[in-house]
Amino acid sequence: MAQQELDHLSGQTTTGHEWDGLKELNTPLPKWWLWVFYACIVWSIGYFFVYPSWPLISGYTQGMFGAQIRSTAIADYENGIKARVANAAGLADAPLDKIKATPGYLEFAMANGKAAFGDNCAPCHGSGATGGPGYPSLQDDDWLWGGKLEDVYQTIRYGIRSGNPQARDSAMPAFGKDGILTKDQISQVADYVVSLSDPAAKGPGVDAGKTVFADNCASCHGEDGKGGLDFGAPNLTDKIWLYGAGKAAIVAQVSEPKHGVMPAWEGRLDPITVKSLAVYIHSLGGGK
Amino acid sequence: MSLIEKHAIFEKNSIVLLVGILIMVAIGGLVEIVPLFYLKSTIEKVEGVRPYSPLELAGRNIYLREGCYLCHSQMIRPMRDEIERYGHFSLAAESMYDHPFQWGSKRNGPDLARVGNKYSDKWHVEHLINPRSVVPDSIMPGYPFLAKTELDARHLADVVKTNALVGVPYTEDQIANVAVDLAAQKNPDDKNADAFLKRYPKAVVRDFTGQPGKVTELDALVAYLQVLGTMVDFSLYDDKANVR
Repeated sequence: MAQQELDHLSGQTTTGHEWDGLKELNTPLPKWWLWVFYACIVWSIGYFFVYPSWPLISGYTQGMFGAQIRSTAIADYENGIKARVANAAGLADAPLDKIKATPGYLEFAMANGKAAFGDNCAPCHGSGATGGPGYPSLQDDDWLWGGKLEDVYQTIRYGIRSGNPQARDSAMPAFGKDGILTKDQISQVADYVVSLSDPAAKGPGVDAGKTVFADNCASCHGEDGKGGLDFGAPNLTDKIWLYGAGKAAIVAQVSEPKHGVMPAWEGRLDPITVKSLAVYIHSLGGGK
Repeated sequence: MSLIEKHAIFEKNSIVLLVGILIMVAIGGLVEIVPLFYLKSTIEKVEGVRPYSPLELAGRNIYLREGCYLCHSQMIRPMRDEIERYGHFSLAAESMYDHPFQWGSKRNGPDLARVGNKYSDKWHVEHLINPRSVVPDSIMPGYPFLAKTELDARHLADVVKTNALVGVPYTEDQIANVAVDLAAQKNPDDKNADAFLKRYPKAVVRDFTGQPGKVTELDALVAYLQVLGTMVDFSLYDDKANVR
């Protein structure tokens, strides 16, 4: 190296570079910074060996422990379930009754079900499971497709009108739109249906509506209008209405019915979580 | 004079410096990018992934137009918390026909990579028109105009052709039937519905918004949202097979 030149004003050495008579001071990097820099280089050499790093012709260096973010994630996920419940391996195969009866399983299923409900079910059924127009409340004991533990499980697994081959499925005919009933008949049957849950209401068509109901509606909703779980036909004698109470709402639903769709969750959620949800929802208050 | 002293050449000749920078950056870039084109683990082919149908593609364009990507990502990271909330982590192949991809990292709203089949069409319709009607705490803006705007499909065939140009394997048959397929996917009674399903296996044919007779922008967007993340059947997908 050339002889270092001293800058008289600052007392520092210069780099020896000169631009139009100006000389650059040689201000070295702080020592601590330099050592951190060297340490990083040493660290990176270790990293090359421990983790996958260099691309090769037909693959890449695997690292000493074969670290793989995919398998790590799957293992983390599975360990997470194991960490939350003793003997989780048995939970996937345990029948629902056993989960309910086994203290360790039950607590896990309730906590897991509650969390999964918030992530997956609350957007439609509400964060408190109270439902909304078109989305049934899961807090009451009025069930469309059955409120037994197995029924709830079946509904969650395959959904309702979800397109899954095992989904619960039914369709109420569009009595008005397809011309099965006349406007007058629909008005009469609506009067009758209103009177089922509110005996005081005596609409003009109650008596005529009773015949229309027996001929057209009773096969699914039952002769007494109490509904049928096989077809997801709602009970018409209580005060719980999925698409609104009152004659206008009933006329609308008879004329051109709306049909709710619930997705199938099997395959989307793991089997343990689906079972947890069934146990959780069944416990909410209306489980039969 | 040792080699290290020759830096004056670079410092005094900007063109030489520029060429030097270019060479250095090119080496770094090539080492990082080129292997992605031949490493098996990065070009994994996965069964089930198909090009978007015309209606889904139109919905995707609305998704881009409305800037949904500004708040929603479409990539589930391979981490436990992500898997628990959203489902199986995303595979590169699942966005292989996305131009451009919608991975993103901004999540004011949830990740949408697997939103398909998670909610009913009715929920999507209500939620897009007024998010607060189903999710009281939502901060998402409403898009009521989508339901009232008929889909402008005049250029959809060109969009499909453009996608084919950049590598999406649309067949001649698919390109020739864009308008037919667009109408068929919305109407299960359409006489072309079967032909449509042959061209786009496992696509869903139904009236997404309950407005028979016309295809609105909302139909397209819901059709797109309902297909997201549903193409790969993970009960058949072998996680271990592709770990290399």
